[in-house]
Amino acid sequence: MSTVEHTPSESAPDAQKWVDVQASDDFAELRHRLRKFVFPVSGLFLAWYLLYVLLADYAHGFMSTKVIGNINVGLIFGLLQFVSTFVITTLYVRHANKNLDPLAEKLREEIEGDGK
Amino acid sequence: MNESSPILNISIFGVFVLITLFVVIRASRNTKTAADYLAAGRAFTGPQNGIAIAGDYLSAASFLGIAGAIALNGYDGFLYSIGFLVAWLVALLLVAELLRNTGKYTMGDVLSFRMRQRPVRAAAATSTMAVSFFYLLAQMAGAGGLVALLLGITGTGGQALVIAVVGALMIAYVLIGGMKGTTWVQIIKAVLLIAGAGIMTLWVLGMYKFNLSSLLGAAVDNAPKAGEKLLGPGLAYGKNGTTKLDFLSLALALVLGTAGLPHILMRFYTVPTAKEARRSVVWAIWLIGIFYLFTLVLGYGAGALVGPDTINAAPGKANSAAPLLALELGGPILLGLIAAVAFATILAVVAGLTITASASFAHDIYANIIKKGKEEDKDSEVKVARLTAIVIGLVSIGGGIIANGQNIAFLVALAFAVAASANLPTILYSLFWKRFNTSGALWSIYGGLAVTITLIVLSPAVSGQPTSMFKNADFALFPLSNPGIVSIPVAFLLGYLGTILSKEKADSVKQAEMEVRSLTGAGAEKATAH
Repeated sequence: MSTVEHTPSESAPDAQKWVDVQASDDFAELRHRLRKFVFPVSGLFLAWYLLYVLLADYAHGFMSTKVIGNINVGLIFGLLQFVSTFVITTLYVRHANKNLDPLAEKLREEIEGDGK
Repeated sequence: MNESSPILNISIFGVFVLITLFVVIRASRNTKTAADYLAAGRAFTGPQNGIAIAGDYLSAASFLGIAGAIALNGYDGFLYSIGFLVAWLVALLLVAELLRNTGKYTMGDVLSFRMRQRPVRAAAATSTMAVSFFYLLAQMAGAGGLVALLLGITGTGGQALVIAVVGALMIAYVLIGGMKGTTWVQIIKAVLLIAGAGIMTLWVLGMYKFNLSSLLGAAVDNAPKAGEKLLGPGLAYGKNGTTKLDFLSLALALVLGTAGLPHILMRFYTVPTAKEARRSVVWAIWLIGIFYLFTLVLGYGAGALVGPDTINAAPGKANSAAPLLALELGGPILLGLIAAVAFATILAVVAGLTITASASFAHDIYANIIKKGKEEDKDSEVKVARLTAIVIGLVSIGGGIIANGQNIAFLVALAFAVAASANLPTILYSLFWKRFNTSGALWSIYGGLAVTITLIVLSPAVSGQPTSMFKNADFALFPLSNPGIVSIPVAFLLGYLGTILSKEKADSVKQAEMEVRSLTGAGAEKATAH
């Protein structure tokens, strides 16, 4: 491409095209695959975070219970928040690479290929 | 006993400034268009941008503040860092890629995409500039305290001079380097910060034979007042029902605020594709997570090796925990390095905020509202961005000097609360709720902004307490220092009500375009080819 800035309005498809793609089965499938992962997982990690905050806020005794040496429940739960964040990140990347990217790419090529 | 050496500290910082200025000037050679200046030509890789995000996000508050809070308040300091980290999942799962696919330079691009342009852009620019300004002021004012601690400058005049120098440097970085230069400053700073914290962490752990339990035990032994309570929650927020509720409110603002911080959102435009935006968040999550694990060790390490009494007696109190630990471990040279990193941190964060606020003014207000889109991507947009950066820089120097020594911690809480209340609901609604319309967007942005600021003004952070901004007045009608627990649900509700109560129908064609583009990346802004 020779132009510096790619302006969507110049080479992008017309309005009807967007509506058609939005109504297509492939797009519905892509949206479904995205949402069925990100909505439940967001609910899950927010609930787990909230549970942790509430325990740290209102269950001091429980969180201060020692498990090994000076390591207590609170520290373990706190470190588990780190672990769950890293795990969810990895799972999402795997999901996106495997289930989202190929379909998104296919649709993108269809849309942009048609516009030219 | 080791002594801090201001001259050594300044010299090491000077070397950092010279190196970064050199990099910024080199990086600026290819900066020609608006996309170059405001979005670094969208040419950074995911890992590079991820490191820069970490550099943008890990402010002096997260380094000095959290380490100090852990040293003095133990577990409650650790709680902070967890909210700051988990928040990134919101950005990763719900915001980053979709935003990259639909926008160009600013948050306003996404929010106004399928709405009436001018009112929504004006609202988005207002809240972008409000968040950036609160955050900027907090950073600049914090610089004053840091100067006293690290350079031994205790006079108000001397501190004002240093704030002015920091501000002038920041303006230079932004003017010369634009987004590309700023990004490189953040990358260099993040590497130094994480490496420095990592070395100190290994050092501390090594002293306790890599046994975390012995380190915790030593911290307890060295804190006769707090004792065992250091290891459990409650030392800072457990005093009574109000402080507990305040913590819950803060925790909500932290976890939902990050994905609404305009200077973080703008970073997603510096990469070529949504996939790279995803990779950059992944890098940022790992780096930020590992860094917060370091601060856990550093905080308890400072408690164990320096002790709460010494920390409390030092200028800067809690903020001095990490520097004092560096002095204890590696003498004046390590302290000098850590001090320089702390300065670099402030510099990089204020530069990121300034370019965000100036981009929003130039792109949302000047190019799209005043010039109705005709000047978009023209040289004049860059010129306006540069001019705005100078104005914002000067205002923040002035504000920083005035706010120096004030209790400004609430400003950061305010920035996060506004981001979580005014920005995040609007972003999520426009990406995921088909019916959302202009009226809903305006209600949630202005409503969220108004509720948050009103509650902060009426909070004990501003009046009625010995630690308040106005000690001698008492108009604290709202008991919590952080408004999140009220303002966030209210803003979501306002966005909903504003939408369903207006007769306006959402633009279904634009909605189709936005949804298809956000998910597929079709028609997304490409990297500039040089």
